[in-house]
Amino acid sequence: MQKSKLQLSTLFRKQIFIPLAALLLLALFNLIADPSFFKITLGQNAAGDPVLSGYLITILDYGSELAILAVGMTLVTAASGGQDISVGAGIAITGSVILRMLCGSNSRPETLQMPIICAFLIAVVAGMLAGAFNGVLVSWFKIQPMVATLILFTAGRSIAAWINNNELPIISEPSFGYFGNFIPGIPIPTPFFIAVAVMIVTALLLKFTNLGLYVQAVGINAQSSRLNGLNPTFIKFLTFVLLGICVAVAGLIKVSRLSTINYSVVAKDIEMDAILAVALGGNSLGGGKFNMWASIIGAYVIQFLTTTLYKFKVDSSALPAYKAVVVILLVVFSAPTVREFISAKYKLLTSKNEKEVA
Amino acid sequence: MKKKILSAVLSVAMIAALLSGCGSKADTAASAPAAAEPAAAADTSADAAADTAEEPAAEPAAASGELIKVGIINNDPNESGYRTANDADLQKTFTKENGYEASFAYSLKNDEQIAAAQKFVQDGVDYLLLSAADTAGWDSVLKDAQAAGIRVILFDRTIDADPSLYEASIVSDMDKEGETAVNWLASQNLDEYNVIHIQGVMGSAAQKGRSGALDAKVAAEANWNIVTQQTAEWNADNAQQIVQSVIDAGTPFNVIYAENDDMAKGAVAALDKANISHGVGKDVIVMGFDCNKWALEELLNQNWNYDGQCNPFQSSYIDDIIKKLESGQTIDNKTIIMDEKGFDATTITQEDVDNYGI
Repeated sequence: MQKSKLQLSTLFRKQIFIPLAALLLLALFNLIADPSFFKITLGQNAAGDPVLSGYLITILDYGSELAILAVGMTLVTAASGGQDISVGAGIAITGSVILRMLCGSNSRPETLQMPIICAFLIAVVAGMLAGAFNGVLVSWFKIQPMVATLILFTAGRSIAAWINNNELPIISEPSFGYFGNFIPGIPIPTPFFIAVAVMIVTALLLKFTNLGLYVQAVGINAQSSRLNGLNPTFIKFLTFVLLGICVAVAGLIKVSRLSTINYSVVAKDIEMDAILAVALGGNSLGGGKFNMWASIIGAYVIQFLTTTLYKFKVDSSALPAYKAVVVILLVVFSAPTVREFISAKYKLLTSKNEKEVA
Repeated sequence: MKKKILSAVLSVAMIAALLSGCGSKADTAASAPAAAEPAAAADTSADAAADTAEEPAAEPAAASGELIKVGIINNDPNESGYRTANDADLQKTFTKENGYEASFAYSLKNDEQIAAAQKFVQDGVDYLLLSAADTAGWDSVLKDAQAAGIRVILFDRTIDADPSLYEASIVSDMDKEGETAVNWLASQNLDEYNVIHIQGVMGSAAQKGRSGALDAKVAAEANWNIVTQQTAEWNADNAQQIVQSVIDAGTPFNVIYAENDDMAKGAVAALDKANISHGVGKDVIVMGFDCNKWALEELLNQNWNYDGQCNPFQSSYIDDIIKKLESGQTIDNKTIIMDEKGFDATTITQEDVDNYGI
């Protein structure tokens, strides 16, 4: 009895509690409103391969880009105490690079100009360059992250259009579509596997290197971490480059979904969702300590919310308003005064119960 | 051991940083010509200004043999495929060979466009061609133009200003585009119309016209139903999610009415995933707008059923009007509506794709 109560209260205090509670709340809402939300069916796609479908699969599928971006965004937020608002434009750039590499100057290629993996690696370099550009501005020139990344936010989509001479190439090669859809024979959407791979790499990176510790140290107090022998400039720079890699991976998925790209609208406003995922994970947007897994769950919660709203045919132009409500709730609940108030109430409640039991 | 791994990771990161350092140089070098372009454009218009200052005699409209000076204010060609085709068409028509001296200014922002117009007025162009970003705020600059004897021709977009301030306005009739499409759909004689209606950015002229016709028809006919009506804001990703949500819900539908080609493409991607057949003689009718070349190719392959044109080729109309005005004729009807077609997958030819694809 005593033990379970203890676990409950520690869980409540844990950071990961916020996104998990949000996830549970959404799931509960759907369960009551329409249990068919959780139905998953095995069918076939147009190519005759087995695929799973259902709302849950849709969430895993479309939430994956966001989860990948949330990984990078968490690191940037923790180290620099600011956010990168150029990730949507970065996706346009890296996506454009992939298409340019695969198509050459011909916008309707019969055959690919190079293996997809090579094009992807070049896009990763492009993403790292964009990240490095932001990183240099933030870490060396000490420009506020949101202002520094405003440059690519504004210019990125034009750069993306310029890379492909403003043409919209379309790739007809079916294997290019595997990354954003399904690999033949595997009924689970590929973006989810890619997201899991990114998570595993991140987990290994955090476990076997001091990256997590260093990032938090720099985020909490750059001056004292410098006095302790860290190089805050380099660590901030590094987080932006890592985010660049995440952007390139998300760009590959986005381009692969439709085998083409529209520079002006691809991944529009995704930066706001990525930042929201970090916030939803209970991470301080002012930098410092972070919980990667909470951010990732936060990303899927956002997609859960979006899919739920689509299901109930809520006007999609009203989606941002609902997200705004979530942000307001988050801000209120993560405010120290409210948290103290709630935990005080909770203690009062439990102590009363104990008395009654006694 | 840990230290070794860390040092290895860090050294890899440093090498990457080194490489990216080199790479970014190449990047800036490559982007330099892009930056130089607008500068060059500015140069030529500055030259044009100098020219007019030197020869004020050229002011009263050019007679035969002299170049007609036109200032063209357009939206950014990167905005969409429509705009790219529109700009290319204008660039092709207003050349020295055709007797024009053209200066171009691009912006998606109304205030920048107005500033460009003021500059063209100061430069003393003969004609001002204008595709306004916003309908309001043009009165004073157009009055200045009138006072300077500059004739104004609007293309693609109308403005809220007195018609006496411009000579002609060449526009698409979006209501008619919608009507043509809905009439075509009605002529398919389906027993029941269950329509997924994917809208553009709410409030845009194209969205209003294309939605209006369908809404009217659905209200009038008993066997026409809207399964879902959502805005995807011209975005293929959003359209894919909207259709995916309807498929997940298991609601039957047989028509996809997407207000542009990108969104139709996103919708079709969702259909392919769920193995729902689409196109000529299949389960679902797919309709798009704008006549992108790749979309017309989909029609040619009978994967889609209908594509409505939004004609970007205004330059021949403008050319006609200028020739008429130059020869002293007057324009009777200020609003000129362009011919626009709707293509049916059963009758489209390769020639149509080449001629009308943008």
